[in-house]
Formats: sequence, C-alpha cells, structure tokens
Amino acid sequence: MSILVYTENWDGKFKNLSFELVSYAHAIAKEMNSTVTAVSLGKVSDDDLMKLGKYGATKVLNVDDERYNSIDNRATAKAIASAAKSEDSSIVIFANNNVGKAIAPRTAIKLDAGLVSGVTALPLSINPFVVKKKVFTSKAIANVQINSDIKVITLAQNSYDIIDLGQSATIETYDPGIVDTDFSTSVIETNKVSGKVLLSDAEIVVSGGRGMKSADNWGGLEELADLLGAGLACSRPVSDEGWRSHSEHVGQTGVMIAPNLYFAFGISGAIQHLGGVSSSKVIVAVNKDPEAPIFEAADYGIVGDVNVVIPEFIEAVKAL
Amino acid sequence: MKILVLISNVPDTTTKIRFTGNNTAFDDSGVQWIINPWDELALTRALELKEAGGVDKITVANVGEKSTEATLRKALAVGADDAIRINTTANDAFYVATQLAEVAKDYELILAGIEASDYNGNAVGGMLAEMLDYNSVSAVSGIDLDGSDFKVTREVDGGYQVVSIGGPLLAIVQKGIAKEPRIPAMRGIMMARKKPLNINEPVEGIDKTQIIKFELPPPKAACKLIDEENAKEVITLLHEEAKVL
Repeated sequence: MSILVYTENWDGKFKNLSFELVSYAHAIAKEMNSTVTAVSLGKVSDDDLMKLGKYGATKVLNVDDERYNSIDNRATAKAIASAAKSEDSSIVIFANNNVGKAIAPRTAIKLDAGLVSGVTALPLSINPFVVKKKVFTSKAIANVQINSDIKVITLAQNSYDIIDLGQSATIETYDPGIVDTDFSTSVIETNKVSGKVLLSDAEIVVSGGRGMKSADNWGGLEELADLLGAGLACSRPVSDEGWRSHSEHVGQTGVMIAPNLYFAFGISGAIQHLGGVSSSKVIVAVNKDPEAPIFEAADYGIVGDVNVVIPEFIEAVKAL
Repeated sequence: MKILVLISNVPDTTTKIRFTGNNTAFDDSGVQWIINPWDELALTRALELKEAGGVDKITVANVGEKSTEATLRKALAVGADDAIRINTTANDAFYVATQLAEVAKDYELILAGIEASDYNGNAVGGMLAEMLDYNSVSAVSGIDLDGSDFKVTREVDGGYQVVSIGGPLLAIVQKGIAKEPRIPAMRGIMMARKKPLNINEPVEGIDKTQIIKFELPPPKAACKLIDEENAKEVITLLHEEAKVL
C-alpha cells in the first residue's frame, strides 16, 4: 500500500504545488504507516526529480517520455492509473488545477475509486476516510466521506506547507505501457509565456488595477515583483484596456490564484476579481477609495495613492 | 452531428447558504434554481455551432428530481431541441456519471461545465468521458467543428493551446467558451412547452462519496488599516506578523 502523487512539471521543472502535494501526502502516509510514491510524466532533470525526496517521496516513478509534454487526458489518466496499480496505491493525489481536474476523474473511473476535488486540509480521519472541501463557491465547507477502497483527491492550492525533510528518494524509470493510439490530442498552436514566474504557481503575486491610471505606470510594480520574485498580474479592466496582456489577468474569468501573499494596487475588488484571488493566504490592498470592496477581503490595507505607496514598499523590501 | 449538453440544476449564485438537519443537508427553502453558469455557456456555444451549420440536434440532460424540470424547460426555451431528465437524486459524481452514460452514447459531442457552482466537484464530465471511452479535453475556452474533428482551445499554465482532436469528444468547458449566456425570449418560452422532455428511470448505481456534514467558513478578521505615510510598516508586518516575506 502506498500513496501516489502526480507531480506535474512546467517546461521541465516541478511546480511548487507538486512539492506541496508531496509534503501533504507524506503527512498522510505517516499517519497510515505508508510511503509516498511520486509519478512524473515528461522530461524532468535529475536535480528536480531528487527534490521530490526532500519533501517526503520514498520513490519516484520517472516516465521520461516526450509524448507527455502536452496533456492528453486519456493517455495521462491511463499512465497514472497504471502506476497506482503497480504501486498498490490506496490514495491517489492530484493538484486541483486545470490538469488535475482533467485527469483525476478519468483516473478515478479506471481505479473504481471515489473522487473528492478541492480538498483543503489533511483528512479528518483515515478510516473512514473523511476530507474537508469548499462548496458553494467557498461560501461553505463540506466534510465528505469516500467509501471506495481506493480514494482519489485533488488538493486545493496552498492548503499545506511545503516541508523540507532532508530525505531522498529512489528514482526508477517507469514504463506504463501507453501506446501511440492512446494519444488523441494533437497540438496546433501554443501561446504561453515562458521564462517568467508562473502566475498560478507563484508564492507572491503583485497586481495592478485601473487605479494605476496608465500602462506607463507599471515600472514600480515590475520592480517590486522582481525584488520579491513575484508573479505580475492585473485586473480585468487593465487587460481589456490593453495596458497588460490577457495572460496576466487574474480573477474568476482569468487565472485563478492562491498565493501566500497577494498585493492589489488600485484594484477595487469586483466580485469576479475576488472570486479568483480570495484563496490567497494574505491580501494587501492599496486603494484611494476607502469604500472599495477589496478592503473587505484584505488583511492589510492602505487608503492612499499607489504612486506614493509603491516606492515606499520597494524601499522597505530592499531594507529587509 | 448531435450535441448533448449536461445540465446541473444549482441554487442562484446570490443564494444565502444555510443548512438543516444539524448541518447535514442544504436548506433549499426559498431558493431560486438556475442552470449552472458553466453549463449555460456550454449550451450557448452549442446553439452557436448549430446556427453555423453542421449540427442537427441539441439535447440537454440532467440527473434530478421532478423539481429540476423548470431548469430543463429554461434550457429548451433558450434553444435546445429536447431534454432528458433521469429521475433520481444526484448526490455523488460517480452515480450521476453512471446515469448519464446510459443516455450519452449516441452523441458525437458532449459539452459539460467545468464544475457545478453548488458542490464544485469538477468530476462528472471527466468520469463520463472515461466510462464512454470518449476523447476529452478540459479547461476549454473555444470549440469549432473541423470536418469530423474538433478544433479546441484550452487554457494551459501561462496561456492557451489550440488542439485538434477527433470525435466522439467530451469537452469540459469554462468561461470564455461563449461571451454571454443566451436569455430565453418569449417565443422560446412558448415553444419550449411543446418540446419533448423525456423522463428516464435510473439504472442501478452506487454513491462512492457522501457528504456527512456542512459548516460555514470562519468569519474573516477585519482589515488592518495603515496610514499612507507609514506605508513601510506594511512590509514590516508582512515580515514579522504574517511571516509571508
């Protein structure tokens, strides 16, 4: 018996959320006297594979196969289900992101498993297996019991801390035996940013709204983001105006994020915006309007001028 | 080509969420029910595809009790050609997918919303695809017919990807698939009364999950306000108090 984690990579490097999944799985495994196996699909460097051990994986199944560089739902689910069977896994864990949401349900059917998506904490109990998840679009929480022998869950981002245990894993080359005809998705065109901090995986996000006044005023935000190693984002009006690219638009209709720290500069906090950022652990809001709804969601706020506050923040961060 | 759109019957998004039975059941008294917003966009895109030609029929299907028929009628009023209600209570994604698999086999394209706004399960579409052994694409923000194949735009980390995929296909759609949901016109509402709404009895199936308790999230602490002239203090607080820097 083991716990299997699908550790997703982005352009050949594991995401932070993959490490979070391994740490989370390790905590459950400890409770059950079990071990964690990670499965990696696509080309990832040995350095990165070794990192999975640090966070608690005992074994890494490395499927070094370029066919997985772009996701095919059927083939990916088949590969992970095959790994789960060969590892005799009783729990299979995915991230609750686009890829996890695509693959987990198909994998659950292959394993005759019950699925709970968007789990937010360690299980309340292992036997019976009960987990917490958000329902009614975060307006409530449900405790859900999975009754099948094998359990599949997807973990909401930023639900568990990444813990470096200083351990190491054995890395095995693994062939799940997936044939070419299992792949049916052929990519015509990919349009994505690269070499930047990935917004959906960033630990800190610096974001600007209409209150920034013009596209020319982004220099300060860029400097602050660089200093913090943060992702750069914007609200919908900003991308609609063409001040920033649509790929930076966070909110319910853009990228959904859940960083440790979210800075909202000149963002009023429309409900659609808050829907995409309210899972952030800490929110800092700077806005001229004291009535702006963003202050309802924020942990720290300044009613003031972004052009005054941003340089102050930059100076203070440099002094840390 | 025939398109099936999966419809979830959910409380209006402004509903105040309350529970009964010692927090074991959703309190549906006084609740307005709507088509799940993602399903509504999926239906809108299906109608656009039909208007562009190449689609013969759009069916909508729902697993639910008789009270969900108003939602299916609305889908018919918006423009679906016929509807299927599977007459049982929907409690678990596996059970719901098992029921839908019985009626979904004849469709070359199935559209499912990425989640339902009540239990946020993200599960039925993917499960159904696997049960039917259909191709599936998720996080779909655009779909067009391309001969016997489909040209699909999906969201990926940091951008989007356009893919080509053969049918039969189950596309799990998100916002962006259609600009605005269609609103039924009076003529549509009149016509919907005459469109077929077929009721199927459920097949045997099991719930693999069950909700044992609900709770409301803890109230959020008030925002700590700092004066503009002390802006640097925020960074200190983030470092020392919140420990996120």
